[in-house]
Amino acid sequence: MTTAVNTKTLTLVQAVNDALRTMLKERDDVILLGEDIGKNGGVFRATEGLQAEFGEDRVIDTPLSEAGFTGAAIGMALNGFRPVVEIQFLGFIYPAYEQIMTHAARMRARTMGHFTVPMVIRAPYGAGVRAPEIHSDSTEALFTHMPGMKVICPASPYDAKGLLIAAIEDPDPVLFLEPMRSYRAFREEVPEGKYTVEIGKAKKLREGDDVTVIAWGAMVPVALKAAESAAKKGIHADVIDLRTLYPLDKDMIAASVQKTGRTVIVQEAHATGGLASDIVALINDTSFLYQKAPVARVTGFDVPVPFFAYEDDYLPTPARVLHAIEKTVNF
Amino acid sequence: MERQFPIRQIMDEQGRIVEHEYRGQITEELVMAMYRHLIRTRTFDRKCVSLQRQGRIGPYVPFEGQEACQVGSALALEDEDWMFPTYRDHGAMMTFGRTLTQTLLYWKGRTEGCIPPQGKKIVPPYVPIATQLPQAAGAAYAEKRKGTKNAVIVYFGDGATSEGDFHEGLNFASVFNAPVVFFNQNNQYAISVPITRQMKSKTIAQKALAYDIPGIRIDGNDIFAVYFHTKQALERARNGEGPTLIEAVTWRYGAHTTSDDPSKYRDQEESKRRRETTDPIMRLERFMQREGFWDENWANDVQERVNAEVEQAVAEMDRYPSANPEDMFDYVFAEPTWTIAEQKQAYMEWKRGMEG
Repeated sequence: MTTAVNTKTLTLVQAVNDALRTMLKERDDVILLGEDIGKNGGVFRATEGLQAEFGEDRVIDTPLSEAGFTGAAIGMALNGFRPVVEIQFLGFIYPAYEQIMTHAARMRARTMGHFTVPMVIRAPYGAGVRAPEIHSDSTEALFTHMPGMKVICPASPYDAKGLLIAAIEDPDPVLFLEPMRSYRAFREEVPEGKYTVEIGKAKKLREGDDVTVIAWGAMVPVALKAAESAAKKGIHADVIDLRTLYPLDKDMIAASVQKTGRTVIVQEAHATGGLASDIVALINDTSFLYQKAPVARVTGFDVPVPFFAYEDDYLPTPARVLHAIEKTVNF
Repeated sequence: MERQFPIRQIMDEQGRIVEHEYRGQITEELVMAMYRHLIRTRTFDRKCVSLQRQGRIGPYVPFEGQEACQVGSALALEDEDWMFPTYRDHGAMMTFGRTLTQTLLYWKGRTEGCIPPQGKKIVPPYVPIATQLPQAAGAAYAEKRKGTKNAVIVYFGDGATSEGDFHEGLNFASVFNAPVVFFNQNNQYAISVPITRQMKSKTIAQKALAYDIPGIRIDGNDIFAVYFHTKQALERARNGEGPTLIEAVTWRYGAHTTSDDPSKYRDQEESKRRRETTDPIMRLERFMQREGFWDENWANDVQERVNAEVEQAVAEMDRYPSANPEDMFDYVFAEPTWTIAEQKQAYMEWKRGMEG
């Protein structure tokens, strides 16, 4: 028997808010911590209205202290809570890096499961919104390289809500990256109440036999646009939205690249040491003999994320992705 | 500031009680327990240095000279309290319930050494400096939110006060009135750097002023001062009166770890002088002699029992099954990710083939 599910039309940031509200209602151990998340509702309004609804004890404005409140959240997670921490921008997470790398990510391993840190760190990330400098980083690879952390990066409102709920219920620490460029870019039908999207599963957004295009977060719309343009030229792309960056969905990636034999990976971050390099390795490990062309990567450059006057040149665009698709197909 | 934050003693170097209000609480039973733990920690510590020299454990962090800080503060805890130790606080951990065997396993490079004893909330030792302070504040705030009377003690050294996490931890605890005792062992050296290079402040206790919390400076070699002031701070925490910063002034006789040579950076005569004049165990012995608690036969018996316990723990360490490489893979996540599962399978198959 299935029951009709009511839906709401939400933006990605509203879907994040809805997920947090759903889980604050669902579980008493969920608690939000961060800067300006209370009355102000967060700098992006992701926590709008939650303090008024759930109180100052559950939606906590902390001192301006990323290492301090991330560390405190680790202590709370050790002691029975499920904290969800908001870092205002991913570019401000670095003071907390030690807390995450050295403690959150390895407490379970260090104690053979006797102490665990079930917490979620939310961070808006990425360029493309004309933000001041240091507000536009996309350093997800610093965290996919970190054993003990799961890294999630949704591209749509539906996935944002379902994955955030899954992250809060996950027994291990999760970094939840929110593409700020997509926060209000479009709306989508999102079910009311609780549902989850499985961590570690990618989503096929478009079917095609000629080339596989892999993207995540804010690069998903870029990849889709490029795929649309390619289709007009008779090139049909499988477009994969990774959704989870660690662990990667090996099966979906391998099945697609074995079908197409050609791959373009679109990554907002700097090229060297990025997640795209890991995906190339995954393709190498799983599908080497199926490849008809070298895997192409369309990425940001190995330069600090520039001031916003230059960001349109820094960020991968549909035109750059299309160029890479054509080059790969014509190899 | 040194006048505002004087080093408080309850017992002076000669073992004389100088704060008489505590006299009634200093029972023979308490004193004997303190003495036993002091002997136990010192004996164990010396044994570990010797085991390291023989290559039977890895690099080791000695705490000799700081026993009163660690034993006194740990004895002040209740069973349900939390302990956030550093890598030099195995004296405190042993006193609070971690077994000697587990402590040895830790220094032998075994993960089993981090498993807390049954029912005890002893988190594994913190190796980076000061990162435990915000976490202890958070764990304490969690107790407050649960409405318990449990408190948290967190240990750190003088060098840790220069880290940002010192400020962030104390600030968080003070803003949220968290039931936590920040227990500083000021042994006056961070590896080789003296405290005058860590701070211009004359005391560590005075830093409490910035957070509007009590700051107390005590003689860390006076086990009564450590025990009673820690107990009072814990009581304030339990009663909803928030955090306390305790600075216990002490001295480590030996090296930072067995990998360094303290004679390179400080005059070893100072350690010798302190050992002869302010040693925490000698001081308690003097007190016991003065008060008529001292019994040579009993003390010999304590030492013999401790020796036997230490030898038994070393034997258990030696008998312990060898490390299982599968353990590396099995505890990273609740459920291994496919990368870890694949790596484990491939490595174990290869290894079995090599051994096969």
